[in-house]
Amino acid sequence: MSLSLSLQSLLFKTNAWLAQAEGTTPAPEGGEGAAPTEGAANAAGDATKEIVEAAPERAFMLNENSTSDESGAPYIESAITYVLNVEQSSWWIAAFSMLLACLGVFGFINVFALFAVWLERKVSAHMQCRLGPMEVGPHGALQTIADGIKLTVKEDIIPKLADRPLFILAPIIVFTGTFIRFVPLPFGPHLNAIDLNLGLFFIASVGSVEVLGVIMAGWASNNKWSLFATIRTATQMVSYEIPIGLTFVAVIVSAGTLSLHGIVEAQEGWFFNWYMFRNPFLAVLFIVFFIATLAECKRAPFDLPEAESELVSGFHTEYSGIRFALFFMAEYAAMYLVSAIAVVLFMGGWYTGIPMIDEIGMNTTSEVTPWLGLFIKAHVLIGKALTLVFLQIWVRWTLPRVRLDQMMYLCWKVLLPVALLCLVGSAFWDLCMGAFSDEKDYFMMIIPK
Amino acid sequence: MPGSEFYGNLMFWIFAIMAVAPGLGILLCKDIVRQAFWLLLSLAGFAGLYFTLEADFLGFTQVVVYIGGILILFLFGVMLTHRMDIPLKDVKGFNLVLPGIIAAGAFLASIFHLIYHTQFKTDGAQETPTTIKEIGEMVMSEYLLPFEVVSVVLLVALVGATYIARRGDEEA
Repeated sequence: MSLSLSLQSLLFKTNAWLAQAEGTTPAPEGGEGAAPTEGAANAAGDATKEIVEAAPERAFMLNENSTSDESGAPYIESAITYVLNVEQSSWWIAAFSMLLACLGVFGFINVFALFAVWLERKVSAHMQCRLGPMEVGPHGALQTIADGIKLTVKEDIIPKLADRPLFILAPIIVFTGTFIRFVPLPFGPHLNAIDLNLGLFFIASVGSVEVLGVIMAGWASNNKWSLFATIRTATQMVSYEIPIGLTFVAVIVSAGTLSLHGIVEAQEGWFFNWYMFRNPFLAVLFIVFFIATLAECKRAPFDLPEAESELVSGFHTEYSGIRFALFFMAEYAAMYLVSAIAVVLFMGGWYTGIPMIDEIGMNTTSEVTPWLGLFIKAHVLIGKALTLVFLQIWVRWTLPRVRLDQMMYLCWKVLLPVALLCLVGSAFWDLCMGAFSDEKDYFMMIIPK
Repeated sequence: MPGSEFYGNLMFWIFAIMAVAPGLGILLCKDIVRQAFWLLLSLAGFAGLYFTLEADFLGFTQVVVYIGGILILFLFGVMLTHRMDIPLKDVKGFNLVLPGIIAAGAFLASIFHLIYHTQFKTDGAQETPTTIKEIGEMVMSEYLLPFEVVSVVLLVALVGATYIARRGDEEA
């Protein structure tokens, strides 16, 4: 799945590059500022070369006309083309840059999972007046690495009565279902694998692949507890996708774009421009989103799918070794993913909320400051996301588990109506605020000319 | 770009095979859950074909509706019933061979007729950088009435489903 999807997006880019090389579509607007075109006499090849050469400067110009095209894989692609000194990019360069971008995301997921497991253990321990892991490394910091090594060398057990191919395939599908949702996710300005126009819709749609993987795992295990957990998981995840989807729609209505880059850039400026503070309805939706994502990540108080006291350990009861590790990595990656999405949608993404700090590295000709700005912004985004991850851990070790009927009640009778009301309310709020401010021409946006 | 035509063709064939070949798996597999997962592969292949046609919105919708909705519903239905192989002895038998041949032949003939008489446009459509914008504008202007009608139909279905579920609850 992941491979085919990345290849598909690669195909888009290939076509886009092709179109650019043939001059059928104009070059991105951001290019004009950084590298003024010298007359209209440019041949197709020259135009491409100029785009490629202009890319490094342009990528960090985050001002008004910054297009999000030059990020992630296409950016790596232009860099490779520049280094190799070839005039045109070819499909294998595009493929290779896509692979590099995906490897970057994969590396991040690995490191984050290592860190998050350690954090979870330490936070839970301190909340219960324990010390947690202390032996391996300072304050047990290397404990997860030791655990990881242990898991990889463990015997890989497949139950005799399990459905063997599905049993083997399931953890891979669960992991890729989480992994491909990282593709449009920004880690900072222009720091994402690929910025899709339909970024938010992509995240919402491929989330269902993970549910299928869980169903596959539970079914293939041929185990009562696994099957119960599977049905619980599928019910829970499918139900809670609806409030999450409505939240997405409300933010899309406010931002006017589905691109995660565009949504962050709509929240530029002081921190009261963040959607969390700009609009009271969106503030409520932020809470709805947080609760719903707790359920989506199968975390307490919604950890019914792996309720230890009832179901042994849920849908991955029969799994051991590296396959078990894959499930866990997917789970912790999903924790970061939903937190980062919440940050992008409501908490201003990579913006600190103080324009003076955000302006570092913008509109300068110096070579150092753009990188400094990027460094700060990436750390701001990841820092905010980690705060939410900490909040998730905090909630998990504070609240007791809800019952199944309570879980369904909360979703369908509380979160769903609230989300619907807030969607309508936030649309009206934007309309009314737009009428009184000249910052954005809301009415012109809505009424076709 | 050199090689991009080859690349496009390669992608098309990968997704085309991915969309069609699982049909064999669905036919030859006895376990109904495995059949469902073959169907997953096929649906994903169709989504891939939409992507190669630059219809990204359609592709994601395919994923969310068919893989995320219908297939999960299907698996739910299977899991809440018994786990069993399809009883082959019920469908085997010579009395079914002739109707089967006739049905397959009629289907093949109609498909062949359709393919033979359709005029395929070989020149590609204009590439649109953002499909979602176009779709949104069309839905809100030119196709507003069908859009509203469809949403009312869906609402009716939703209310109907709730009614049926509720009535069952009262009886029990």
